Amino acid sequence: MARQTLDEVADLVRAKNAGPFWLTLDVFLPDEQSYERVLASDVVDPAVVARLYRTSADAVRVFPMPALRAIKISFPRPVTQGSFADRDMHSGQQHVLLAAIEVPEAIPAASAS
Amino acid sequence: MTSQSVRIIFPIGMLGGGITEETLAHGIALGADAIAVDGGSTDSGPHYLGSGVAKTSRGSLKRDLRAILVAGRQAGIPVVVTTCGTSGTDSGVEWVADIAREIAAEEGIDFTLARIYSELSRATVLEALAAGRVEALEPAGPLEAATVESCAHIVGLMGHEPITAALAAGADLVLTGRASDTASVAGIALGRGIAPGPVWHAAKTVECGSQCTTDPIGGGVLVEIDDAGFTVHPLTDSAAATPMTVAAHMLYENADPYRLREPGGTLDTSAAVYTALDERVTRVEGSVFEPAAQATIKLEGAAVGGYETVSLVGIRDPHVLAHMDAWLARFAGELARRVRSHLGLEDGEYDAELRAYGYNAVLGALEPGGEPPREVGVLFRARAADQATATAIAKVANPLMLHLPLEGMTHLPSFAFATSPAEIERGASYEFVLQHTIAVDDEGELFRTEYEEVHARG
Repeated sequence: MARQTLDEVADLVRAKNAGPFWLTLDVFLPDEQSYERVLASDVVDPAVVARLYRTSADAVRVFPMPALRAIKISFPRPVTQGSFADRDMHSGQQHVLLAAIEVPEAIPAASAS
Repeated sequence: MTSQSVRIIFPIGMLGGGITEETLAHGIALGADAIAVDGGSTDSGPHYLGSGVAKTSRGSLKRDLRAILVAGRQAGIPVVVTTCGTSGTDSGVEWVADIAREIAAEEGIDFTLARIYSELSRATVLEALAAGRVEALEPAGPLEAATVESCAHIVGLMGHEPITAALAAGADLVLTGRASDTASVAGIALGRGIAPGPVWHAAKTVECGSQCTTDPIGGGVLVEIDDAGFTVHPLTDSAAATPMTVAAHMLYENADPYRLREPGGTLDTSAAVYTALDERVTRVEGSVFEPAAQATIKLEGAAVGGYETVSLVGIRDPHVLAHMDAWLARFAGELARRVRSHLGLEDGEYDAELRAYGYNAVLGALEPGGEPPREVGVLFRARAADQATATAIAKVANPLMLHLPLEGMTHLPSFAFATSPAEIERGASYEFVLQHTIAVDDEGELFRTEYEEVHARG
């Protein structure tokens, strides 16, 4: 079975500042099936997100939004916006790390057994 | 449904971005009661608050302000501009007020102007700190007095209250200092007595203009708000406000997609229902506003972190590009050694950094890596306590940027500088240092409003 990344499964993966001290990632899925598939994947695991962005898993907040088929992930910005060490003023390019996560195929319904 | 409603045009995400007269006319034909627009944001960094200077050019700001002021006067409806001058400092409010007076003279229009100031003195914040009225917001720690002392400018984020008061006092044009993105729409609608749940959610939805539609750079939206909910109408034919685009905007630049804190309480949209009225218009109902036990005003402050000088050089040599990590590491080691020996500065006395654009400049240490790129732009940044020292460090870096060979290279390579002189002085470099709130008894108490009759002729 072909391997797919989040970028290939989702309609849109984006990143942005939520004020100068928070970073937020939004994932929009095209249908119910892909939404469930991503919800079952590493994408929503705070430990995976924390490793990717080198932050603490305790700080990672994950919001599944079934009505929108969207998933939001927020955590404190590793460096304050606009400080000397900041490399991305608007956090606009921070989505690519999340977008590269591999999303396994959905597990078939229980009828398979 | 209720009979009481208000219709507000929100033409664009930021004043100065290019408002069109046609879309304003369309909104007024739909029965607009007011025009609201935001003039600022923290999103472009701490420089604008630190320096008190706007991001937008005077020409584009005047063009947009003229469009809404003329449209508002012709229709006899008020105009509200929040966070004047990008950061909402007092100088930002003065700047926009001066431009408004100029437009009045040029266009032959009269109006009552309200200027609402939100800049706070360091003494005011220190007093609140001493009185135990300051709380930290995650991820900040407790506020230190020294941090307050370091701020070049501090502003408080007003909510709706001072705007509602200014409109009630008869202002035709309200210009505010720092305000939450939602304050203008909320200030207008809450003043009409409309229920806070729909009002705050409507305000959050339209705060970026067309961004809640299928054409994010379209001509803005008109939002109609009543006690049961709100309806979003796009003002350009190319755009549609669908349940998806409207709901999705709750996620934008917001850490929590369901809850939004305002000075007097929290908007909760978790029970909101989004319904398409037709292909281009969406209705939202079910949002709730939970009043807080304690009203709080969020603070923003920027302090000088040092003075910065930058240089940019391009590397195209494939042999060097194949060993970029080694080259960058060699540069950093050689620079530290030379800055110590040439300038007598130790590591902690300055900041210096290389960003290899095309290689790992954007994600830095998080970059998972890949093939050697075709070309790399190396941006050198030095920051020190004064401009002369920052530039001196950049001048020490200069020969390395021009000629540094890889270890074992028997010739001196020469790289491609972008400018002459190579050093670009950036002046003061600011940092955001406050993520705290002040508890208040009255949401308006930290803000000052001044009224003025502006006449076409002096």
